[in-house]
Amino acid sequence: MQQILNFLIRYRNTLLFIVLSCIAIGLTIQSHSYHKSKFISSTNFFTGGLFSITRNIDNYFNLKAYNNRLLIENTRLKNTLYQKGIDTTDISKFTLDSTNTIQYHYKPALVINNDYHKTNNFITLNKGSKDSIATDMGVITDLGIIGIVQKASTNYSRVISILNKNSRINAKLKKTEHFGSLVWNTKSPNVVQLIDIPRLAPLKIGDTIVTGGRSTIFPKGILIGTIKDFQLDSNESYYTVNIELFNDMTNIGFVNVIENKNALEIKALEKQTNE
Amino acid sequence: MNNSTTLNIVRFISLVLIQVIIFNKILLLGYINPYPYIIFILLFPIKNQPWVFLILSFLLGLTLDLFGNSGGSHAAACLLIAYLRPFILENCFGLNYIHQNLKLNNAPFKQLTIYVVLMALIHHLTLFSLEVFQLKYINFILSQTLFSGIFSIATILLSLSLFKKGN
Repeated sequence: MQQILNFLIRYRNTLLFIVLSCIAIGLTIQSHSYHKSKFISSTNFFTGGLFSITRNIDNYFNLKAYNNRLLIENTRLKNTLYQKGIDTTDISKFTLDSTNTIQYHYKPALVINNDYHKTNNFITLNKGSKDSIATDMGVITDLGIIGIVQKASTNYSRVISILNKNSRINAKLKKTEHFGSLVWNTKSPNVVQLIDIPRLAPLKIGDTIVTGGRSTIFPKGILIGTIKDFQLDSNESYYTVNIELFNDMTNIGFVNVIENKNALEIKALEKQTNE
Repeated sequence: MNNSTTLNIVRFISLVLIQVIIFNKILLLGYINPYPYIIFILLFPIKNQPWVFLILSFLLGLTLDLFGNSGGSHAAACLLIAYLRPFILENCFGLNYIHQNLKLNNAPFKQLTIYVVLMALIHHLTLFSLEVFQLKYINFILSQTLFSGIFSIATILLSLSLFKKGN
């Protein structure tokens, strides 16, 4: 007993080092798995608050560009409405009916922190569960997809950016129904990869890629990017396609979070059929 | 002692803030970031209890992990250099360190540089290996370590000489 105590006292710093290392490495391993990386996150009061403050200052420098983008998007939406035969002169007539059966509901949010230089990048938003943002909601801008909400605290939420090794999003060619998965090879923040596109798919450089709508997260047909180049993989049966994103991932400000009202129902149904 | 505690608390907070607000957003050429926050570990008083030092370094790393969403990689890297610091100090400064009369503020420039380079490179290598965590990206890890390392070392040496106390 005496010897054990002596040993503990003598090597207490090494033991402390080993214990703390185990904690740190445990947290690191957790952060590399898609579902478990929720312990250490930037959605808490301190980090979220600090990011909000710095972002507020940052925003003044980008106001002009944001306004321009909003104006362009607004104009496009009004034109679309007009072409559909809806009168756009009096916007206040359009009221949101929360009881009807619209499947997707869009919510505004502001990006307060955005990483793009690591291999696992996350984005922090300034809205959380207080504004009914929850796990597994899609995040988009007017130009295309950004990522998926992974964790929501009361006031902030964390998004797995599409620039993340763990991100896998269902996507397809706009022209045809050939599906694949969207991944990132960590090389460039503006180029992502679409894998598992069958060999028969008619690919052409410059073609548009959109979301596939096979999950409950994104509706079908949300823009992603255009084909930059493509090649067959080593088995020569599937294409790996490089996609140039429409979004500039290094500069995102305001985003929309998509809530799928039927997500719970669909998931419950899928669970039933699996059993 | 009291004065030194206050100094270290102020240093801890200000280095974290500077790192998060300014240095994490530099991104030279898109991915090169300096990490000068390890100055806290470099300059921590030598005569203090080792376990206090280990715990403080761990907390410093964990704080940066919170801001960077990086799990525990900063914490592990900081902990490792904090644990290795006595050995590195002994190798760099020799007798001065053993006789407990080493003052990092007016240490010879050459020895100080070697000390900073060793600490920064070990820290960066651990940090990026844990952050990436796949052997497939070994080139990415090494290039990040090298370029960010050079950048960090330059920043650290510059700020050390800027805040050097006059003799």
